[in-house]
Amino acid sequence: MIYFDNSATTKPYEEVLDSFVKVSSDFYGNPSSLHGFGAKADQLLQHARKQTAEIMGVHPSEIYFTSGGTEGNNLAIKGAVIQHASRGRHIITSQIEHPSVIEACEELEKQGFSVDYLPVKSDGSIDIEDVKKAVRNDTILVSIMHVNNEVGSIQPIEEIGQWLSKNSQALFHVDYVQGCGKIPLSLQDGFIDLCTISGHKIHGLKGTGVLYINSGVKITPLFSGGKQESKMRSGTENTAGMVAFAKALRMTEEKRKTSISHLWDLRNYLYNEILQIKGTVMNTPQNGAAPHIINFSIPGIKGEVLVHALEQEDIYVSTTSACSSRQKKTSRTLTSMGIPMEQADGSIRVSLSYGNTISEAERFANELKKIAEQLSKVIRRSK
Amino acid sequence: MNYERILIRYGEISTKGRNRYKFVDTLKSNIKSALNEYPEIKIESTRDRMFLLLNGAPAEDVCIKLEKIFGIQSFSPTVRTGLDIEEIKDAALSLLKKLFSEGQTFKVSARRSDKTFPYDTNEINHEVGGHLLRNIEGLKVDVKKPDINLIVEVRKEGVFLSSEVIKGNGGMPVGSSGKAMLMLSGGIDSPVAGYLTMKRGVEIEAVHFHSPPFTSERAKQKVLDLSQKLAAFSGRVKVHIVPFTDIQQAIHQQVPENYTMTSTRRMMLRLSDDIRERGNGLAIVTGESLGQVASQTLESMLAINDVTNTPILRPLISMDKLEIIDIAKQIDTHEISNLPYEDCCTIFTPSSPKTKPKKEKVQFYESFVDFEPLIAEALEKTETIIIDASSEIMEKTEISDLF
Repeated sequence: MIYFDNSATTKPYEEVLDSFVKVSSDFYGNPSSLHGFGAKADQLLQHARKQTAEIMGVHPSEIYFTSGGTEGNNLAIKGAVIQHASRGRHIITSQIEHPSVIEACEELEKQGFSVDYLPVKSDGSIDIEDVKKAVRNDTILVSIMHVNNEVGSIQPIEEIGQWLSKNSQALFHVDYVQGCGKIPLSLQDGFIDLCTISGHKIHGLKGTGVLYINSGVKITPLFSGGKQESKMRSGTENTAGMVAFAKALRMTEEKRKTSISHLWDLRNYLYNEILQIKGTVMNTPQNGAAPHIINFSIPGIKGEVLVHALEQEDIYVSTTSACSSRQKKTSRTLTSMGIPMEQADGSIRVSLSYGNTISEAERFANELKKIAEQLSKVIRRSK
Repeated sequence: MNYERILIRYGEISTKGRNRYKFVDTLKSNIKSALNEYPEIKIESTRDRMFLLLNGAPAEDVCIKLEKIFGIQSFSPTVRTGLDIEEIKDAALSLLKKLFSEGQTFKVSARRSDKTFPYDTNEINHEVGGHLLRNIEGLKVDVKKPDINLIVEVRKEGVFLSSEVIKGNGGMPVGSSGKAMLMLSGGIDSPVAGYLTMKRGVEIEAVHFHSPPFTSERAKQKVLDLSQKLAAFSGRVKVHIVPFTDIQQAIHQQVPENYTMTSTRRMMLRLSDDIRERGNGLAIVTGESLGQVASQTLESMLAINDVTNTPILRPLISMDKLEIIDIAKQIDTHEISNLPYEDCCTIFTPSSPKTKPKKEKVQFYESFVDFEPLIAEALEKTETIIIDASSEIMEKTEISDLF
């Protein structure tokens, strides 16, 4: 099997699963319990927090464990605007955000907040001038993703953050789910107040994640309850998940340091091979994109058809993002980039991980070429 | 270009006479243990400065650790070149390119201790500065308040370029003034007392009284976490965990309630003193500050201190609570100290402890029990844990592989 759908989710590392199982079976105490068995779980939790903070270059008290990217984004966005509604009711985000950001914003619009959805350029990146123009006196939150999940474009986060820190009171939230483990992001240099990470995108487990909240920032929690996670995220802590998260983050960061060039090699090889297929159009820009996502279209062939054709060869890829691929809707990201409807409907996303090999890439390229040829024949005949 | 070494300037040591080499050696070994996660670092010490040869270790992380260590006046990440003006110019350019951002000003400050070098300081300033101005667009000179001050030091052993002087923690290298036992409770005061004592070069071993089931594993963990914060200033700290339950119960059975606190403190001091003696310590350190709580009146200190004539150091004696909290925040122990677990100082606190106890009275109350065998047993069962600055305080074998 060739798994090229790593932006949808990744395979947990063996070691991460081992930790999860061991913590779940040996240290299942409730970290909030007074007794020593609970204390042990609490110790694991605090160690997971410390390790995560160290890797992210922040203080442990700024790390809040969540259930993943969706919760992190919702907590950051809703928590920030509810807390600061008295200061203003204007939010800025982009048209290419993940649904957990866009739909959170749409919900807030119904509650009387106004939201600007910034467009992107043809390379899938936001023009910082658009941010500057959109910021108003009553802007309380700017939420921009780091690496786009569909095309891999990288946003000028640090630039935006630096400009905001000088020119606005607005909080700055970054959805770092796709960039984590691939493209380093300095929370300090980017003046980032809130930052979302998800565990299952870095070979951890589903249902785990982190929201970084800068120590100087106050937001309103969304859950009422037992006041865990410094009151920010009530609910009995997922000790095993958090330990697994900390381990996955460490291992992925180590991989990034030692193997990022391998990922680039895979990406560049695939990029060139795919381009050789007749009629293919790249939706991911050649430069300025992350090393693990390639989005392309073969006009005339529906994305869904290609996915299933590849599946017959035991090769797994996506159309657009996994979250929206079940809805028959044209990708908002691709249309924002100015990509025509037919091309957008035919788009395929190949997303890689450090575990993929060059021989997998070779086999994929060959199969794709064959399939594209066969399918185009069928399509030509039917026309 | 990456920094290849860090130049360290000594603090007070440089004013010392014959013992100087001992001080330098102590500092060197403290630095070594604080940086033990980077075995590639080599340390060279000379009479008036020290060099850390990084050999690839990350300069930034190392600097953060160095900032804490006592006995360092200041330090500078440095690039070294040979005694050759072209080489200096090249190195200066790549260093400045790394630091420079649009609109910044700079100056070159040359120093020449090697007078055989063919250029004098003015000539070096001129040569290097000119080279930089020619090669970096937008760079401007400002000799009064430059954003970047590029220091070029010409010495016999080579030329050293650095651009920042980072302030060290001052004080004396820990260990150069002997050793003392710190009575560490888990509260806010005692870690601060330990810190201030270390600053004067005293090596600290912590003594903690653990009374299960009255105090929990979490309280013990808290003390270990605090000790690790202290270890950051010296390299490592030894912690003695003394089982105290039996003694505490004996006190409560025998001594009238308003005197239990006094008696408890006396027993703790006796135990600490025994541990001090075994470990060749020269003093005992406490976090007492006059007037804070009942045990911290002069009358109370007199009654408690009666059990030993070992020097008791009380660096916080004249401080206000807020001053103590400020230091606790600065050394990063405040948050840990604030965790709400019962410890040896909060449990068994009588509702109205005697603020002016008489030592004759407490001696009389204690005379009905033979505390000696209890003390001997507690000492025998004392657990000693060594904590170094980078080590995790966990049962390593059991759970370290989880992370």
